[in-house]
Amino acid sequence: MKDAFGAPQSLLVLGGTSEIGLATARRLIARRTRTVRLAGRPSPALERAADELRELGADVRTVAFDALDSGSHEEVLGKVFSDGDIDMVLLAFGILGDQARDEEEPLSAVQVAQTNYTGAVSAGLVCAGALQAQGHGSLVVLSSVAGERARRADFIYGSSKAGLDAFAQGLGDALHGTGVHVMVVRPGFVRTRMTAGREETPLATTPGAVADAIVTGLRRRSETVWVPGALRVVMSALRHVPRPLFRRLPVR
Amino acid sequence: MSVDTVSMTGWGRTAPTTALRFRPRTYEEAAVAVTGRGPRGVVARGLGRSHGDAAQNAGGSVVDMTGLDRVHTIDTATGTVVCDAGVSLHRLMEVLLPLGWFLPVTPSTRYVTVGGAIGSDVHGRNHLTAGSFTRHVRSMELLTADGAVRTVLPGTTLFDATAGGLGLTGVVLSATLSLRPVATSLMTVVTERAADLDEALARLSATAGHLPYAAARIDLMARGKATGRAVLARGDHAPLDALPPRARHTPLVFRPAQLPAAPAYVPEGLLGRTSAALLAELRFRGAGAVRAGRLQRVSSFLHPLDALPGWNRLYGRGGFVHYRFAVGEGQEQTLHRVVRRLSLRRCPAFHAVLQRLGTGGPGWLSFPAPGWSLSFGLPAGLPGLARLLDRLDDEVAEAGGRVCLAQDARMRPETLAAMYPRLADFRALRAELDPDGAFRSDLSRRLSL
Repeated sequence: MKDAFGAPQSLLVLGGTSEIGLATARRLIARRTRTVRLAGRPSPALERAADELRELGADVRTVAFDALDSGSHEEVLGKVFSDGDIDMVLLAFGILGDQARDEEEPLSAVQVAQTNYTGAVSAGLVCAGALQAQGHGSLVVLSSVAGERARRADFIYGSSKAGLDAFAQGLGDALHGTGVHVMVVRPGFVRTRMTAGREETPLATTPGAVADAIVTGLRRRSETVWVPGALRVVMSALRHVPRPLFRRLPVR
Repeated sequence: MSVDTVSMTGWGRTAPTTALRFRPRTYEEAAVAVTGRGPRGVVARGLGRSHGDAAQNAGGSVVDMTGLDRVHTIDTATGTVVCDAGVSLHRLMEVLLPLGWFLPVTPSTRYVTVGGAIGSDVHGRNHLTAGSFTRHVRSMELLTADGAVRTVLPGTTLFDATAGGLGLTGVVLSATLSLRPVATSLMTVVTERAADLDEALARLSATAGHLPYAAARIDLMARGKATGRAVLARGDHAPLDALPPRARHTPLVFRPAQLPAAPAYVPEGLLGRTSAALLAELRFRGAGAVRAGRLQRVSSFLHPLDALPGWNRLYGRGGFVHYRFAVGEGQEQTLHRVVRRLSLRRCPAFHAVLQRLGTGGPGWLSFPAPGWSLSFGLPAGLPGLARLLDRLDDEVAEAGGRVCLAQDARMRPETLAAMYPRLADFRALRAELDPDGAFRSDLSRRLSL
């Protein structure tokens, strides 16, 4: 159960090697979290992540989970929930893709869309159903500012996150009053392995800062969290910039 | 019996969860709600005055007992009342005071049900002499997991587990309570100021006169030499001859003051440092060095906050956390450390009350234990509050004290066993009486009770 400050006792991270996911898990273990399930494709990195969290004192187990294999989600995640209540699900998986290559190879673009959107829809719905049955819990969805307005530089990734964002908002409304809380987190440029070597955009942030914002959002039961918070203002202005002008902006 | 799905929180308005709410009108309907429970169990709920998550059950059933609100019999010869568990103490006072009887124990609100008062084993400002609520329970009817109704008498293990048992042994359906006679519905009140915590402790320890109700409103914002300054209020039920001549015609009238309810939406931060400091300053200055012989209505003296319905909304959407702990005699240093810590951090603590506790009751998870008790409310959004309260938990546990479970919304399961030595007995009795874990609440899940 979550305590008065929204700190969960059990956590399921979908995308168990996600840096934001692990940074969040570390902060939550320092509070109340004792049970962590890391779901991801079996890999040494996933086991390393689990070992690292175990050292912090949590009961950590890994779960073989593939975002692209939507058919297996019901069974894999159903089993996690049948072992005990999950107070918080962090939907953290996603790939950035390579914009230039994806434009030339539609199939690799489809993979970005399938991971970030289709996979998240199926996993999100399965988790939402299980959370609703237990009458409490938070579903935290990692969206991105890239989904707020498509940019030339990453519109394939951005469009998949736009779909995910809209899905998560709608799901949050659908679950209003069921005891389940859906939180959409929209970070800006986060310095991680995924973005290594890319040019930073202004207001870049770190996985730790995103994790802190998630912990605060849980306490406040926020529905939308921007990281850093200033992006809320920046993006609401950018959203209304006319297209001809938007195309000419230095940061696209 | 009406059934609906609602989101519920405790009085602190934190951690909402959703459950199926049953509102039985008869004992049979209550039994149906319990036997027809789903896999996530059932718990009884009264007026929702517990600050934490004791009376909610995520994804399960919650039996709202407020529909079972009949006062069955009042025996004015022996001073006992038989009533349903859903009757509020307010209703009992309305009925009993005009007859010259009063409840021997009332907590700081009268809007709790009899069942809730038993499940939380509440205590009042007169704990030193009167003990806690369940000391005055002569018998009760308990609906257990199998749907059977058992008569539970004091002195049995089931009574000890149910007294302060947070509704986890069953649903209390009705109870027989013993009462105390009063001559009037007014209290004679003496207030005095204490310049710091030492003086407050000394004054509370001194058994001045025969004033059984005693508590100190402590100013947790005061710093330096004034750390822990307090306004003490003692009182007793006024005898008839203490009343002014006009009031003697209607000595037993029960007319609580009532303000308009707090608005539904209050911006967060209204109850912050400034207002906490201001209120404390006004209270301290307004109290005068010593004032004796003042007459107050029982409601204003014992339940001042009840005059403002929905006062918990004043904390805004974020809600608040109520922290209540007890430490034994001789652990005054712990009190000093806690008060100093809160005052150094300038915590905007509201309704902070320091009082003495007498002999504890038989309840295994019952809170009151001999010594001192300090309680206060803090806005849940206060930065660093979770960690601060964790440290206070450690300090209290180290001093052999305990934190009140009925008010708790945030404790760690690890610290519990040290605070409640009878926890193992409680778990064993539940395992035997209720092997499927029919009675469950968010609190019991969070703390693995």
